[in-house]
Amino acid sequence: MKEPDFALRDFFGERRQELISHIPHAVELGMKVEEAGARRALLRIPRGERLLGAASRGVVFGGVITTLLDQVGGTAVMCSQRDLTAIATIDLRIDYMRPSTPGRDLLGYAECYRLTRNVAFVKSRAFHDGEFDDPFAISLSTYMLASSAAAPGVVKALEAGRSGKRRADKPQ
Amino acid sequence: MKAARSASDLTAVAARIPYAVYLGLRIELDEEGVLARLPFRSDLVGNVALPALHGGVVGAFLELTALFQMLASARDARNPKPINFNVNFLRSAGPHESLARARVVKHGRRIANVEVVAWQGDRAKPVASGFGNFLL
Repeated sequence: MKEPDFALRDFFGERRQELISHIPHAVELGMKVEEAGARRALLRIPRGERLLGAASRGVVFGGVITTLLDQVGGTAVMCSQRDLTAIATIDLRIDYMRPSTPGRDLLGYAECYRLTRNVAFVKSRAFHDGEFDDPFAISLSTYMLASSAAAPGVVKALEAGRSGKRRADKPQ
Repeated sequence: MKAARSASDLTAVAARIPYAVYLGLRIELDEEGVLARLPFRSDLVGNVALPALHGGVVGAFLELTALFQMLASARDARNPKPINFNVNFLRSAGPHESLARARVVKHGRRIANVEVVAWQGDRAKPVASGFGNFLL
């Protein structure tokens, strides 16, 4: 079966950082899009003192992991869409299996395993480099898909990015 | 509610949680319990078009509120560790101060179950709700 043409296919390679570069909080946390592909995304939050729950223990606060998994989930949904629409998180459930390891970057991987007309369903995990099979948190989340007629600014921002590339490619 | 810790105790704890300091969390304590406040800041935004707070910031705010309510409710809750946390995003959280309150549904010997609600302006129109189970 032929894969559908993903609306954000242009951003699956070198331009993947543009999937989140318009999101102030993601930028603020230094989030990096490590990989983006069909229905999936991998994001990194670099280690940082201000992310901690308790300075002495060096463990990241749970809410930071919420941010990572919410963002990577949303990005995976964007990477699943054929027609670009805005998305909004409906709910997010996280199981924390163990504390994150002090001093290490956080990685979040998400797959949109089901996309219906109105709702996207995502599975994601948070882990450290080299430990994909030993995540410290696992999450399930759902996202509402806006109608394409709504096209709020975030959708426009991404499309502006795409048309910007086309303008740059045009001979002057 | 007879608090196990005072407002100044809780504020001192908040000052030692780097992430809470970074978010700009404020903790108050009244007869109902903990009232957590999150002033709006542009670097907490997830969607610039609306604008709306990042879902992760809202989730973290709920989780922090739950933590502080546990600390306020019980002296023996020293370092509750989250086992799981569920967030329902009800309305877009706009460029305004957010408030939240939590209720310890059950404080057992080893596990506490806490539910949380966050709103802006109108408590009857919450922006998010959630609950979590914590290992004591």
